[in-house]
Amino acid sequence: MSISPVTERLWWKTPMDREEAIWVTIAFVWCLFMFFMMPYWHVFGKQNLAHAAVKTNAEAYMNKANAMVEKYKVREETDQKIPVVRPPADSDVYLVARLWSWWPILELEAGKTYKIHLMSMDWLHGFSLQPENINIQVHPGYDHAVTMTPTQKGSFAIICNEYCGVNHHTMISRIYVK
Amino acid sequence: MSTNRNFRTCPSTGLVFHEPAEKLMIWNAVVGVVCLLIGGLLAIGVVLTRWQTVHWLSPDRFYQVLTGHGINMLVFWIIFFEMAVLYFASSTLLRSRLATPKMAWAGFWLMVLGALLNNYAVLRGDSSVMFTAYAPMGAHPIFYLGLILFAVGALIGCFVFLGTLVVAKAERTYQGSIPLVTFGALTACIIAIFTIASGAIILIPTFLWSVGLVPQIDSLMYKTIFWAFGHSSQQINVAAHISVWYAIAAIVFGAKPMSEKVSRTAFFLYILFLQLASAHHLLADPGLTSYWKIFNTSYAMYLAVLASMVHGLTVPGAIELAQRKKGYSNGLFEWLRKAPWGNPVFSGMFISLVGFGFLGGISGVIMGVEQINLIIHNTIYVPGHFHATVVVGTTLAFMSLTYFLIPVLFRREVAFPGLAKWQPYLFGLGMSAVAVFLMGAGTLGVPRRHWDISFAGSAFAYEFPGAAWLMMALGSIAGLIAIAGGGAYLLITVYSVFLGKRIETPGFAYVRARDGMAPSAAPVAAAITSHGQSAGFSAPGTFVLAMVFLVTFALYYFVNWKYLSTVWPLS
Repeated sequence: MSISPVTERLWWKTPMDREEAIWVTIAFVWCLFMFFMMPYWHVFGKQNLAHAAVKTNAEAYMNKANAMVEKYKVREETDQKIPVVRPPADSDVYLVARLWSWWPILELEAGKTYKIHLMSMDWLHGFSLQPENINIQVHPGYDHAVTMTPTQKGSFAIICNEYCGVNHHTMISRIYVK
Repeated sequence: MSTNRNFRTCPSTGLVFHEPAEKLMIWNAVVGVVCLLIGGLLAIGVVLTRWQTVHWLSPDRFYQVLTGHGINMLVFWIIFFEMAVLYFASSTLLRSRLATPKMAWAGFWLMVLGALLNNYAVLRGDSSVMFTAYAPMGAHPIFYLGLILFAVGALIGCFVFLGTLVVAKAERTYQGSIPLVTFGALTACIIAIFTIASGAIILIPTFLWSVGLVPQIDSLMYKTIFWAFGHSSQQINVAAHISVWYAIAAIVFGAKPMSEKVSRTAFFLYILFLQLASAHHLLADPGLTSYWKIFNTSYAMYLAVLASMVHGLTVPGAIELAQRKKGYSNGLFEWLRKAPWGNPVFSGMFISLVGFGFLGGISGVIMGVEQINLIIHNTIYVPGHFHATVVVGTTLAFMSLTYFLIPVLFRREVAFPGLAKWQPYLFGLGMSAVAVFLMGAGTLGVPRRHWDISFAGSAFAYEFPGAAWLMMALGSIAGLIAIAGGGAYLLITVYSVFLGKRIETPGFAYVRARDGMAPSAAPVAAAITSHGQSAGFSAPGTFVLAMVFLVTFALYYFVNWKYLSTVWPLS
């Protein structure tokens, strides 16, 4: 029994049952297949993270974000006067995550590609684009550049999905795709 | 030297208990159940708040309750119970005295102190940082101190287990190799030592940071090492509850493993690869390369997944063989139909096996695919997954083992036998439904650890699809059913242990044995330990079930790739 000692000294020489052998083989092949799917998707798939991250600090990142907002601001929204920026395609876009807001609001063009930088000013945050359901972790001190290509027009929400304190659930913003 | 060498033999099972080990098992199990009670009460708050129509607690209270729920369930309940399992698998199964019971008690009291301190910190209200406590979000120093003391206590327990293996070997309390269940417990113990070391590496500096002695903690470093503790602690559970499955198969059916070689190799693969899983929490993070992510998230080519798939075949396969031998050999599934479905020891174990495999296992592998993680990371899919692994898998397996331990260890009859018959179904199926509905809501983007998915009063609005709201509500109702099942378990165990009918054995006495030796066992008839060489399949029913599992796995795997391919291109 499984709860009593094995009395034969050479238990590792006992033969396998036939279905055990077949199942181990099938399972191993399936495991290898799943393993190679990941590199395959890096080559042939379209949804990957490039891991272009650099270590920086909040001040340096904020300066870049301010410069971008100054250059590409088109209007302000809500009574908190959050700027809406409309950066050109292929440009660097800086999105600031902090307790408890995303800044600024982005206005992008469908079919164009943008290099969107994500970084937190304080604690961990979670970039969660809805209803696309793209979820990326946002760290303080790591400027993470993700190349994104919006495919359809509309108004998208960015919510925070990494718990960041008592007002975590109010941390929500917009991306407009024209 | 300790003079206590008393052993007793359980009249119904023939198991031999060493008195100090027995006391330690009882106390660890009892405190574990107390932690389960606390975590279960807190679960009510979580469920009734995330059900948006009820939305019971205020945000600060909700995050506090969620923190306490997570830590009491994931850490305290499970590890206290695992200590009892370790002592059972070493001292009892090897018929050996427990090494250094005094150290084991020191470890136990450290764990109790740690659990109390940590709960106190959460109760203060300034440590609502969740189980993960991601720096630079800080908790009160007592929060970390409690976890550290608890971990040190658990580490002592691990060494007492290892010491007992050494004692048993030296004093020749058994012949041949240790039983498979002890081998599995040893796997859990080795993983636990790795886990606790990782916990120390990250929690000690974080504690020093919280009292101002370390200037800062890098968030990515914290997260990487934390999960070598946080995820690995769940891998201890996997190894422990699979050992419990094998134990229950042996207890209920007298089942032998299909082959020792295969089952032990599978456990060995766990030792080698299971701890790489901390990468599962870092797939959507910056600063780590894809090479690192792919190698680690797949446990080096999914070798630990292979091991779990093997156990998934060999545990029911062993039961099938034992049942067929008893004559239940008609068709593919008579062995399963004629299984004792009214015995909670078996029904709980079997629901645990199926739920862990089909719900927890498949979802876990799929969310651990580097790219697919992008559409799942930090959504409520994640709690859906781990309620299938840790709750349906581990907790339910431990619950079913309790129904065996009440008469054997506590020497009481199980109270409310009618309720006990239904309890595994209520809890196991309720919790499986929780897992399914949360995974569904997560697929639609609902975030985890979130007080208000209606975003009322926020600067912007976002409305989740109606289906997401429906699934959150259904998940909460299923959660209440599971809580009722958990309550039934607590009622049955607490009543049985304290007020249940004593099992009196005429002429019962502890046997004062020769130093270090249990009374010698009755000679066991030579038994065949292999079922090999047969021309046909010896467990065809199990093989069919395994193929059903594989097809389900593959279909769901490709559905998720398909879903991923429709989101915005990223690079």
